[in-house]
Amino acid sequence: MKRWALPLLVLAGLIGLWQVAASTGTLADVLNLEPILVPSPAEIASSLWEDRSLLAEDAWVTLREILLGFLIGLAAGLGFAVLLRLSPTLRRAFYPLLVASQAVPILVLAPILVVWFGFGIGPKLVIVALICFFPIAVATADGLRSVDPDAIKMMRSIDASRLQLLWRLEAPNALPFVFSGARIAVTFAPIAAIFGEWAGAESGLGVLIREDSAHLETARLFAATVVLAAIALALYGLLALAERRVVTWR
Amino acid sequence: MFSAHGLSHAYRELVAIERIDLEVPAHGVLGVVGPSGCGKSTLLELVAGLLQPSGGRVEVGGADDVAGRLARCALMPQRDTLLPWLSAIDNAALALRNRGVRRGAARAEAGRLFERFGLAGFERTRPAELSGGMRQRVAFLRTLVAGKPVLALDEPFASLDAISRAEMQGWLAAALASDPRTVLLVTHDVEEALYLCDRVTVLSARPARVVEELSAPAPRAPDRDAAVTDPEFVAARERAMAALHEGSR
Repeated sequence: MKRWALPLLVLAGLIGLWQVAASTGTLADVLNLEPILVPSPAEIASSLWEDRSLLAEDAWVTLREILLGFLIGLAAGLGFAVLLRLSPTLRRAFYPLLVASQAVPILVLAPILVVWFGFGIGPKLVIVALICFFPIAVATADGLRSVDPDAIKMMRSIDASRLQLLWRLEAPNALPFVFSGARIAVTFAPIAAIFGEWAGAESGLGVLIREDSAHLETARLFAATVVLAAIALALYGLLALAERRVVTWR
Repeated sequence: MFSAHGLSHAYRELVAIERIDLEVPAHGVLGVVGPSGCGKSTLLELVAGLLQPSGGRVEVGGADDVAGRLARCALMPQRDTLLPWLSAIDNAALALRNRGVRRGAARAEAGRLFERFGLAGFERTRPAELSGGMRQRVAFLRTLVAGKPVLALDEPFASLDAISRAEMQGWLAAALASDPRTVLLVTHDVEEALYLCDRVTVLSARPARVVEELSAPAPRAPDRDAAVTDPEFVAARERAMAALHEGSR
């Protein structure tokens, strides 16, 4: 608890400052904006309460896109990394591309994916899965390779088959890497879902944020952002918890 | 049980070992000492079937192919290489699990050795919580449990302090007395080799060549302290040291 006290205090202080600056109009003056465009934390909180059913509905849509997309990206990333480990030829062919592809701004593909797959959940899943796939695949591939060569010799010497080597030695050894890749993925997944929704969707927090922006519903826009941040933090926390339960030897 | 004739190995241009001849009967224990980096580990991997020699012949139990040697020889690498996510007993039982034995049966079989070798009570302990000596014992049991006639041990006690090392040498001597195997023991510790082995081969600096072969005066004598201070033992150690010095030049 102690190590959280200070950051929480800083956060409370910032929110307090914001509250004072927004309610006295100072913040709007400084930013040279209409006061209606600069909601105070209290207004955001009241929007969170009053619009709770709308926010919950849209949050559920976005959360589903994030979770399903993440799971697809995770499965594909793990599978691909294992394939690269089992086949040196595939590794030579694909690993450099995999690393280089991290530099591609995949999010800008969102509009074309909507053209290809329509307005349903499909293009959002594709974009979230793609965003999650690369960090997980690269981290897992590196983890599978980082095995102590002496441990491989030991396992071969006590009759481990290739699959046993993978299952008993390389895969557990790669787990901390998988988790660090998954943590990166889960941080970017909400952004990917929002981009997917912006490119074309009927519901979701991204849709709500865009509509609120157009209609100057700034309090609810911030409320939607708070919900999105809460989702991202919760997923990150769940992953950290899972890592602590699974990787018990570190 | 295993032999090498004119055995050579090179990694590209780098010649690691050159024309080595060895001959070890069943249940014989051969020690190999040599300066650091002389190719001792390469020799072990050749015998254990983890490498194919670039020249000469190496045979274990009549097999000179990789698969045949792998099937007859288990390697214990220099560092214990215990898997940190498995308990001590599951580490020791790895060979059985690889052979398809169910977890319960594998644990029961490895567990019997835990009792015999002074590890009872530590079955469920993770490697990180074991002392250096205990880790080496678990690693040795893992090698033993593989059930192969030949054991290739790579500096098994190099990471231990002097007192634990002396203790573990006594422990290994007792373990081999109760469960005899043919052993190739690589070490840089001349005293360890002369105490634990029937015969000791001294190798030169790289490329490794045999510079001296000695018979140990009292292999695995029950009283280790008395054995290593015996004048005959001391003389053998001096001969081995002289050969090491000569080979290092």
